[in-house]
Amino acid sequence: MNHSNHVVSSAITAEKIADSSVVAPDAHAEYALALGDDALVLAHRLGEWITNAPELEEDVALGNIGLDLLGHARSFLTYAGSAWNRSEDDLAYFRDEAQFRSRQIFELPNGDFAQTIARQLIVSAYFVELYRALAESSDETLAAIAAKASKEVAYHLDHSVQWLQRLGLGTDYSRERMQAGLVVMWPFVDELFRADPFAEALESAGQHGVAVDVTALRPAFDALVPRLVVDAGLEVPELPAARGGGRGGIHSEALGPMLAEIQVLARAHPGATW
Amino acid sequence: MDVLDEAIARPRPTDEAELAIWRLAATVVDPEVPVLTIEDLGVLRRVAREGERVVVDITPTYSGCPAVDAMRDDIVTVLEAAGYSDVTVRTVLSPAWTTDWMSADGARKLEEFGIAAPAPRSTDGRVSLGLGIRCPHCGSMHTRELSHFGSTSCKALYVCQRCQEPFDLFKAH
Repeated sequence: MNHSNHVVSSAITAEKIADSSVVAPDAHAEYALALGDDALVLAHRLGEWITNAPELEEDVALGNIGLDLLGHARSFLTYAGSAWNRSEDDLAYFRDEAQFRSRQIFELPNGDFAQTIARQLIVSAYFVELYRALAESSDETLAAIAAKASKEVAYHLDHSVQWLQRLGLGTDYSRERMQAGLVVMWPFVDELFRADPFAEALESAGQHGVAVDVTALRPAFDALVPRLVVDAGLEVPELPAARGGGRGGIHSEALGPMLAEIQVLARAHPGATW
Repeated sequence: MDVLDEAIARPRPTDEAELAIWRLAATVVDPEVPVLTIEDLGVLRRVAREGERVVVDITPTYSGCPAVDAMRDDIVTVLEAAGYSDVTVRTVLSPAWTTDWMSADGARKLEEFGIAAPAPRSTDGRVSLGLGIRCPHCGSMHTRELSHFGSTSCKALYVCQRCQEPFDLFKAH
Protein backbone atom coordinates (compact mmCIF):
# COMPACT_ATOMS: atom_id res chain seq x y z
CA MET A 1 0.00 0.00 0.00
CA ASN A 2 1.24 3.51 -0.74
CA HIS A 3 2.23 5.69 2.10
CA SER A 4 -0.93 7.53 2.99
CA ASN A 5 0.65 10.96 2.66
CA HIS A 6 0.82 10.28 -1.01
CA VAL A 7 -2.78 9.10 -1.16
CA VAL A 8 -4.05 12.11 0.71
CA SER A 9 -2.04 14.73 -1.14
CA SER A 10 -3.58 13.57 -4.40
CA ALA A 11 -7.08 13.74 -2.97
CA ILE A 12 -9.55 16.31 -4.17
CA THR A 13 -10.98 18.68 -1.64
CA ALA A 14 -13.90 21.05 -1.49
CA GLU A 15 -11.53 23.82 -0.44
CA LYS A 16 -9.19 23.08 -3.29
CA ILE A 17 -12.14 23.40 -5.61
CA ALA A 18 -13.08 26.67 -3.96
CA ASP A 19 -9.45 27.80 -4.29
CA SER A 20 -9.78 27.10 -8.01
CA SER A 21 -6.78 24.82 -7.88
CA VAL A 22 -9.15 22.14 -9.17
CA VAL A 23 -11.47 23.37 -11.87
CA ALA A 24 -13.98 21.03 -13.41
CA PRO A 25 -13.79 20.83 -17.19
CA ASP A 26 -17.03 22.27 -18.53
CA ALA A 27 -18.61 19.02 -19.72
CA HIS A 28 -17.73 17.35 -16.40
CA ALA A 29 -19.41 20.22 -14.55
CA GLU A 30 -22.61 19.90 -16.60
CA TYR A 31 -22.79 16.24 -15.69
CA ALA A 32 -21.95 16.82 -12.00
CA LEU A 33 -24.68 19.46 -11.78
CA ALA A 34 -27.28 16.95 -12.98
CA LEU A 35 -26.21 14.39 -10.38
CA GLY A 36 -26.18 17.08 -7.71
CA ASP A 37 -29.71 18.21 -8.57
CA ASP A 38 -31.05 14.67 -8.15
CA ALA A 39 -29.54 14.47 -4.66
CA LEU A 40 -30.54 18.00 -3.66
CA VAL A 41 -34.19 17.64 -4.61
CA LEU A 42 -34.57 14.30 -2.85
CA ALA A 43 -32.76 15.61 0.24
CA HIS A 44 -35.35 18.36 0.54
CA ARG A 45 -38.27 15.98 0.13
CA LEU A 46 -36.89 13.74 2.89
CA GLY A 47 -36.39 16.74 5.13
CA GLU A 48 -40.13 17.41 4.86
CA TRP A 49 -40.71 14.25 6.90
CA ILE A 50 -38.99 15.63 9.98
CA THR A 51 -41.68 15.95 12.69
CA ASN A 52 -44.20 14.28 10.32
CA ALA A 53 -43.06 10.65 10.16
CA PRO A 54 -45.15 7.86 11.73
CA GLU A 55 -42.69 7.55 14.61
CA LEU A 56 -39.84 9.55 16.06
CA GLU A 57 -37.24 7.04 14.87
CA GLU A 58 -38.40 7.62 11.30
CA ASP A 59 -38.15 11.40 11.64
CA VAL A 60 -34.54 10.71 12.53
CA ALA A 61 -33.98 8.06 9.86
CA LEU A 62 -35.41 10.02 6.95
CA GLY A 63 -33.67 13.16 8.18
CA ASN A 64 -30.37 11.30 8.32
CA ILE A 65 -30.81 9.89 4.82
CA GLY A 66 -31.66 13.38 3.58
CA LEU A 67 -28.52 14.72 5.26
CA ASP A 68 -26.34 12.18 3.46
CA LEU A 69 -27.97 13.16 0.16
CA LEU A 70 -27.45 16.84 0.91
CA GLY A 71 -23.78 16.02 1.43
CA HIS A 72 -23.63 14.38 -1.99
CA ALA A 73 -25.42 17.37 -3.54
CA ARG A 74 -22.99 19.83 -1.94
CA SER A 75 -19.99 17.94 -3.28
CA PHE A 76 -21.40 17.70 -6.80
CA LEU A 77 -22.56 21.33 -6.90
CA THR A 78 -19.29 22.65 -5.50
CA TYR A 79 -17.39 20.73 -8.16
CA ALA A 80 -19.76 21.85 -10.93
CA GLY A 81 -19.54 25.46 -9.77
CA SER A 82 -15.74 25.41 -9.99
CA ALA A 83 -16.10 25.45 -13.78
CA TRP A 84 -18.15 28.64 -13.79
CA ASN A 85 -16.83 30.42 -10.72
CA ARG A 86 -20.12 29.83 -8.91
CA SER A 87 -20.58 28.49 -5.40
CA GLU A 88 -22.79 25.60 -4.36
CA ASP A 89 -25.22 28.18 -2.97
CA ASP A 90 -25.29 30.13 -6.25
CA LEU A 91 -26.31 26.96 -8.03
CA ALA A 92 -28.82 25.78 -5.44
CA TYR A 93 -30.55 29.10 -4.81
CA PHE A 94 -30.26 31.09 -8.02
CA ARG A 95 -31.38 28.77 -10.76
CA ASP A 96 -35.02 28.50 -11.82
CA GLU A 97 -37.14 25.43 -12.31
CA ALA A 98 -36.28 24.84 -15.97
CA GLN A 99 -32.57 25.02 -15.13
CA PHE A 100 -32.84 22.12 -12.70
CA ARG A 101 -31.86 18.81 -14.24
CA SER A 102 -33.20 16.37 -11.68
CA ARG A 103 -35.04 13.30 -12.88
CA GLN A 104 -38.72 13.61 -12.05
CA ILE A 105 -39.00 10.82 -9.48
CA PHE A 106 -37.01 12.89 -6.99
CA GLU A 107 -39.40 15.84 -6.98
CA LEU A 108 -42.66 13.87 -6.67
CA PRO A 109 -44.56 14.74 -3.50
CA ASN A 110 -43.88 12.46 -0.54
CA GLY A 111 -47.43 11.17 -0.38
CA ASP A 112 -47.91 8.89 2.60
CA PHE A 113 -45.07 7.05 4.34
CA ALA A 114 -45.47 3.98 2.10
CA GLN A 115 -45.16 6.12 -1.02
CA THR A 116 -41.96 7.64 0.34
CA ILE A 117 -40.62 4.16 1.10
CA ALA A 118 -41.51 3.06 -2.45
CA ARG A 119 -39.41 5.92 -3.82
CA GLN A 120 -36.58 5.21 -1.38
CA LEU A 121 -36.50 1.59 -2.49
CA ILE A 122 -36.32 2.51 -6.17
CA VAL A 123 -33.85 5.36 -5.95
CA SER A 124 -31.59 3.71 -3.36
CA ALA A 125 -31.24 0.65 -5.59
CA TYR A 126 -30.46 3.03 -8.47
CA PHE A 127 -27.92 5.03 -6.44
CA VAL A 128 -26.14 1.86 -5.29
CA GLU A 129 -25.50 0.87 -8.90
CA LEU A 130 -24.77 4.42 -10.07
CA TYR A 131 -22.19 5.24 -7.43
CA ARG A 132 -20.56 1.83 -7.61
CA ALA A 133 -19.92 2.54 -11.30
CA LEU A 134 -19.06 6.22 -10.84
CA ALA A 135 -16.43 5.32 -8.22
CA GLU A 136 -14.44 3.99 -11.21
CA SER A 137 -14.71 7.29 -13.09
CA SER A 138 -11.57 8.70 -14.69
CA ASP A 139 -12.55 12.04 -13.10
CA GLU A 140 -10.90 11.88 -9.67
CA THR A 141 -13.38 14.20 -7.99
CA LEU A 142 -16.45 12.37 -9.24
CA ALA A 143 -14.85 9.06 -8.26
CA ALA A 144 -14.10 10.33 -4.74
CA ILE A 145 -17.63 11.64 -4.19
CA ALA A 146 -19.11 8.37 -5.46
CA ALA A 147 -16.82 6.14 -3.40
CA LYS A 148 -17.92 7.92 -0.25
CA ALA A 149 -21.60 7.98 -1.24
CA SER A 150 -21.58 4.27 -2.11
CA LYS A 151 -21.39 3.14 1.49
CA GLU A 152 -24.14 5.52 2.53
CA VAL A 153 -26.69 4.61 -0.15
CA ALA A 154 -26.24 0.90 0.57
CA TYR A 155 -27.44 1.63 4.11
CA HIS A 156 -30.37 3.65 2.73
CA LEU A 157 -31.39 0.68 0.59
CA ASP A 158 -31.31 -1.55 3.64
CA HIS A 159 -33.63 0.84 5.48
CA SER A 160 -36.18 0.89 2.65
CA VAL A 161 -36.14 -2.90 2.25
CA GLN A 162 -36.90 -3.34 5.95
CA TRP A 163 -39.94 -1.10 5.63
CA LEU A 164 -41.03 -2.66 2.34
CA GLN A 165 -41.19 -6.02 4.08
CA ARG A 166 -42.79 -4.70 7.23
CA LEU A 167 -45.55 -2.92 5.31
CA GLY A 168 -45.94 -5.53 2.55
CA LEU A 169 -46.12 -8.44 4.97
CA GLY A 170 -47.98 -6.53 7.69
CA THR A 171 -51.74 -6.06 7.72
CA ASP A 172 -54.06 -5.97 4.71
CA TYR A 173 -54.24 -2.23 5.14
CA SER A 174 -50.45 -1.69 5.26
CA ARG A 175 -50.03 -3.92 2.20
CA GLU A 176 -52.66 -1.93 0.33
CA ARG A 177 -50.92 1.36 1.12
CA MET A 178 -47.48 -0.04 0.18
CA GLN A 179 -48.86 -1.32 -3.12
CA ALA A 180 -50.46 2.08 -3.81
CA GLY A 181 -47.10 3.75 -3.14
CA LEU A 182 -45.38 1.51 -5.66
CA VAL A 183 -48.06 2.30 -8.23
CA VAL A 184 -47.40 6.04 -7.88
CA MET A 185 -43.61 5.74 -8.17
CA TRP A 186 -43.16 2.91 -10.65
CA PRO A 187 -43.87 4.87 -13.87
CA PHE A 188 -40.86 7.06 -13.02
CA VAL A 189 -38.39 4.16 -12.86
CA ASP A 190 -37.91 4.20 -16.60
CA GLU A 191 -36.59 7.77 -16.69
CA LEU A 192 -33.83 6.95 -14.18
CA PHE A 193 -32.29 4.53 -16.63
CA ARG A 194 -32.68 6.59 -19.80
CA ALA A 195 -29.48 7.85 -21.39
CA ASP A 196 -28.21 10.97 -19.65
CA PRO A 197 -27.66 13.77 -22.20
CA PHE A 198 -24.78 15.18 -20.15
CA ALA A 199 -23.10 11.77 -20.07
CA GLU A 200 -23.64 11.43 -23.80
CA ALA A 201 -22.09 14.85 -24.37
CA LEU A 202 -18.96 13.66 -22.54
CA GLU A 203 -18.85 10.52 -24.67
CA SER A 204 -19.26 12.37 -27.94
CA ALA A 205 -16.50 14.76 -26.88
CA GLY A 206 -14.24 11.73 -26.56
CA GLN A 207 -14.22 11.88 -22.76
CA HIS A 208 -14.74 8.19 -22.18
CA GLY A 209 -14.81 6.77 -18.68
CA VAL A 210 -15.95 9.96 -16.96
CA ALA A 211 -19.71 9.42 -16.78
CA VAL A 212 -21.77 6.33 -16.09
CA ASP A 213 -23.98 4.87 -18.81
CA VAL A 214 -27.14 4.42 -16.75
CA THR A 215 -28.82 2.34 -19.46
CA ALA A 216 -26.31 -0.38 -18.56
CA LEU A 217 -27.43 -0.34 -14.91
CA ARG A 218 -31.02 -1.42 -15.60
CA PRO A 219 -30.36 -5.19 -15.61
CA ALA A 220 -28.92 -5.02 -12.08
CA PHE A 221 -31.96 -3.05 -10.92
CA ASP A 222 -34.33 -5.49 -12.62
CA ALA A 223 -32.56 -8.43 -11.02
CA LEU A 224 -32.99 -6.98 -7.53
CA VAL A 225 -35.96 -4.71 -7.01
CA PRO A 226 -38.84 -6.72 -8.55
CA ARG A 227 -37.73 -9.73 -6.50
CA LEU A 228 -37.74 -7.64 -3.31
CA VAL A 229 -41.24 -6.41 -4.14
CA VAL A 230 -42.56 -9.94 -4.75
CA ASP A 231 -40.84 -11.29 -1.64
CA ALA A 232 -42.69 -8.64 0.35
CA GLY A 233 -46.01 -10.03 -0.87
CA LEU A 234 -46.53 -7.17 -3.34
CA GLU A 235 -46.94 -6.90 -7.08
CA VAL A 236 -44.60 -5.19 -9.48
CA PRO A 237 -46.81 -2.61 -11.18
CA GLU A 238 -47.25 -2.94 -14.93
CA LEU A 239 -47.74 0.63 -15.99
CA PRO A 240 -46.64 2.75 -18.92
CA ALA A 241 -43.53 4.85 -18.27
CA ALA A 242 -43.95 8.51 -17.38
CA ARG A 243 -42.81 10.97 -20.02
CA GLY A 244 -39.84 12.18 -18.03
CA GLY A 245 -37.54 14.88 -19.31
CA GLY A 246 -36.06 16.09 -16.03
CA ARG A 247 -32.52 16.23 -17.40
CA GLY A 248 -33.82 18.64 -20.05
CA GLY A 249 -35.48 20.89 -17.48
CA ILE A 250 -38.98 19.47 -17.93
CA HIS A 251 -40.60 18.95 -14.55
CA SER A 252 -43.87 18.06 -12.92
CA GLU A 253 -45.88 20.72 -11.13
CA ALA A 254 -44.26 19.58 -7.87
CA LEU A 255 -40.81 21.09 -8.39
CA GLY A 256 -41.69 24.79 -8.65
CA PRO A 257 -43.32 25.14 -5.22
CA MET A 258 -40.49 23.14 -3.68
CA LEU A 259 -37.85 25.43 -5.18
CA ALA A 260 -39.79 28.46 -3.97
CA GLU A 261 -39.46 27.10 -0.44
CA ILE A 262 -35.77 26.24 -0.82
CA GLN A 263 -34.84 29.55 -2.44
CA VAL A 264 -37.01 32.20 -0.84
CA LEU A 265 -34.64 33.15 1.97
CA ALA A 266 -31.52 33.37 -0.17
CA ARG A 267 -33.38 35.41 -2.78
CA ALA A 268 -35.05 37.76 -0.28
CA HIS A 269 -31.71 38.45 1.40
CA PRO A 270 -28.97 37.99 -1.22
CA GLY A 271 -25.57 37.40 0.33
CA ALA A 272 -26.99 36.64 3.78
CA THR A 273 -25.04 34.15 5.85
CA TRP A 274 -26.24 32.14 8.81
CA MET B 1 -4.41 -2.37 14.02
CA ASP B 2 -1.01 -3.11 12.55
CA VAL B 3 1.65 -0.52 11.84
CA LEU B 4 0.74 -0.07 8.19
CA ASP B 5 -2.97 0.40 8.96
CA GLU B 6 -2.07 2.84 11.71
CA ALA B 7 -0.07 4.88 9.17
CA ILE B 8 -3.18 5.06 6.98
CA ALA B 9 -5.49 5.93 9.87
CA ARG B 10 -3.18 8.53 11.41
CA PRO B 11 -0.72 9.81 8.78
CA ARG B 12 1.42 11.86 11.14
CA PRO B 13 3.98 14.05 9.43
CA THR B 14 7.66 13.15 9.82
CA ASP B 15 8.85 16.76 9.84
CA GLU B 16 9.22 17.94 13.46
CA ALA B 17 7.65 21.36 12.90
CA GLU B 18 4.69 19.81 11.12
CA LEU B 19 4.36 17.16 13.80
CA ALA B 20 4.06 19.92 16.40
CA ILE B 21 1.15 21.39 14.44
CA TRP B 22 -0.39 17.94 14.06
CA ARG B 23 -0.29 17.46 17.84
CA LEU B 24 -2.11 20.75 18.36
CA ALA B 25 -4.76 19.95 15.74
CA ALA B 26 -5.11 16.49 17.28
CA THR B 27 -6.47 18.05 20.49
CA VAL B 28 -9.68 19.07 18.71
CA VAL B 29 -12.62 16.84 19.64
CA ASP B 30 -15.71 15.72 17.79
CA PRO B 31 -18.44 18.18 18.93
CA GLU B 32 -21.03 15.38 19.03
CA VAL B 33 -18.78 12.84 20.77
CA PRO B 34 -16.51 15.02 22.87
CA VAL B 35 -14.47 12.14 24.29
CA LEU B 36 -13.00 11.44 20.86
CA THR B 37 -10.35 13.61 19.26
CA ILE B 38 -10.27 14.00 15.52
CA GLU B 39 -7.06 11.97 15.64
CA ASP B 40 -8.80 9.11 17.48
CA LEU B 41 -11.49 9.13 14.80
CA GLY B 42 -9.08 9.11 11.89
CA VAL B 43 -10.67 12.34 10.68
CA LEU B 44 -7.38 14.29 10.82
CA ARG B 45 -5.73 13.42 7.52
CA ARG B 46 -2.76 15.68 6.90
CA VAL B 47 -0.85 18.65 8.26
CA ALA B 48 1.56 20.58 6.05
CA ARG B 49 3.38 23.88 6.00
CA GLU B 50 3.47 25.79 2.75
CA GLY B 51 5.71 28.75 3.52
CA GLU B 52 3.92 30.71 6.24
CA ARG B 53 0.67 28.96 5.54
CA VAL B 54 -0.50 25.92 7.49
CA VAL B 55 -2.76 23.52 5.66
CA VAL B 56 -4.77 20.94 7.59
CA ASP B 57 -6.83 18.27 5.83
CA ILE B 58 -9.77 16.59 7.52
CA THR B 59 -12.25 14.09 6.13
CA PRO B 60 -15.95 13.90 6.98
CA THR B 61 -17.27 10.73 8.58
CA TYR B 62 -20.44 10.93 6.47
CA SER B 63 -20.97 13.10 3.36
CA GLY B 64 -23.42 15.43 5.07
CA CYS B 65 -21.89 15.49 8.54
CA PRO B 66 -22.38 19.02 9.91
CA ALA B 67 -19.75 18.49 12.63
CA VAL B 68 -17.10 19.13 9.98
CA ASP B 69 -17.76 22.87 10.15
CA ALA B 70 -17.32 22.94 13.93
CA MET B 71 -14.12 20.89 13.69
CA ARG B 72 -12.77 23.24 11.05
CA ASP B 73 -13.42 26.28 13.23
CA ASP B 74 -11.92 24.58 16.29
CA ILE B 75 -8.73 23.67 14.42
CA VAL B 76 -8.30 27.27 13.26
CA THR B 77 -8.92 28.54 16.81
CA VAL B 78 -6.40 26.14 18.38
CA LEU B 79 -3.69 26.89 15.83
CA GLU B 80 -4.23 30.64 15.92
CA ALA B 81 -3.92 30.58 19.69
CA ALA B 82 -0.57 28.83 19.23
CA GLY B 83 0.61 31.61 16.92
CA TYR B 84 -0.12 30.22 13.47
CA SER B 85 -1.85 33.11 11.75
CA ASP B 86 -2.47 31.67 8.29
CA VAL B 87 -4.41 28.42 8.64
CA THR B 88 -6.38 26.71 5.92
CA VAL B 89 -8.50 23.67 6.73
CA ARG B 90 -9.54 21.61 3.76
CA THR B 91 -12.05 18.79 3.51
CA VAL B 92 -10.84 15.73 1.64
CA LEU B 93 -13.15 12.94 0.47
CA SER B 94 -10.63 10.38 -0.68
CA PRO B 95 -9.74 7.90 0.64
CA ALA B 96 -13.22 7.55 2.14
CA TRP B 97 -13.31 7.50 5.93
CA THR B 98 -14.02 4.23 7.69
CA THR B 99 -14.62 3.30 11.33
CA ASP B 100 -11.67 0.93 10.94
CA TRP B 101 -9.52 4.02 11.40
CA MET B 102 -10.78 4.60 14.93
CA SER B 103 -7.96 4.08 17.44
CA ALA B 104 -8.17 1.36 20.10
CA ASP B 105 -7.93 4.12 22.67
CA GLY B 106 -10.80 5.93 20.96
CA ALA B 107 -12.96 2.79 21.03
CA ARG B 108 -12.29 2.38 24.75
CA LYS B 109 -13.17 6.02 25.51
CA LEU B 110 -16.32 5.65 23.44
CA GLU B 111 -17.48 2.67 25.51
CA GLU B 112 -16.77 4.56 28.73
CA PHE B 113 -18.85 7.44 27.40
CA GLY B 114 -21.81 5.06 26.91
CA ILE B 115 -21.59 4.55 23.15
CA ALA B 116 -20.96 1.04 21.82
CA ALA B 117 -17.88 0.98 19.60
CA PRO B 118 -18.07 -0.15 15.97
CA ALA B 119 -17.14 -3.70 15.03
CA PRO B 120 -14.45 -4.13 12.36
CA ARG B 121 -15.95 -4.07 8.87
CA SER B 122 -15.88 -7.17 6.74
CA THR B 123 -13.24 -6.60 4.10
CA ASP B 124 -14.61 -8.94 1.45
CA GLY B 125 -17.56 -6.70 0.67
CA ARG B 126 -20.15 -9.00 2.19
CA VAL B 127 -22.55 -7.60 4.71
CA SER B 128 -21.86 -9.18 8.06
CA LEU B 129 -24.70 -10.73 10.00
CA GLY B 130 -25.78 -8.78 13.04
CA LEU B 131 -23.24 -9.88 15.59
CA GLY B 132 -24.21 -9.17 19.13
CA ILE B 133 -23.72 -5.59 20.25
CA ARG B 134 -22.54 -5.29 23.82
CA CYS B 135 -24.39 -2.88 26.10
CA PRO B 136 -21.88 -0.19 27.19
CA HIS B 137 -23.75 0.22 30.49
CA CYS B 138 -24.06 -3.33 31.86
CA GLY B 139 -22.02 -5.39 29.41
CA SER B 140 -24.91 -7.64 28.36
CA MET B 141 -24.93 -9.01 24.82
CA HIS B 142 -28.71 -9.23 25.02
CA THR B 143 -29.45 -6.05 23.06
CA ARG B 144 -31.54 -5.11 20.07
CA GLU B 145 -31.64 -2.39 17.44
CA LEU B 146 -34.39 0.16 17.96
CA SER B 147 -33.56 2.16 14.88
CA HIS B 148 -31.10 1.98 12.00
CA PHE B 149 -30.44 5.69 12.51
CA GLY B 150 -29.61 7.70 15.59
CA SER B 151 -28.90 11.17 16.87
CA THR B 152 -26.09 11.70 14.37
CA SER B 153 -25.21 10.21 10.99
CA CYS B 154 -22.62 7.92 12.53
CA LYS B 155 -24.85 6.25 15.13
CA ALA B 156 -27.73 3.77 15.40
CA LEU B 157 -30.08 3.45 18.36
CA TYR B 158 -30.06 0.30 20.50
CA VAL B 159 -31.67 -0.83 23.72
CA CYS B 160 -30.36 -3.30 26.27
CA GLN B 161 -32.80 -6.09 27.11
CA ARG B 162 -31.16 -6.70 30.47
CA CYS B 163 -30.66 -3.25 32.02
CA GLN B 164 -33.39 -1.71 29.80
CA GLU B 165 -31.20 1.28 29.01
CA PRO B 166 -31.16 2.70 25.50
CA PHE B 167 -27.74 3.43 24.03
CA ASP B 168 -26.07 4.56 20.82
CA LEU B 169 -23.98 2.32 18.62
CA PHE B 170 -21.24 3.93 16.55
CA LYS B 171 -22.05 2.16 13.27
CA ALA B 172 -19.36 0.22 11.44
CA HIS B 173 -18.91 2.16 8.21
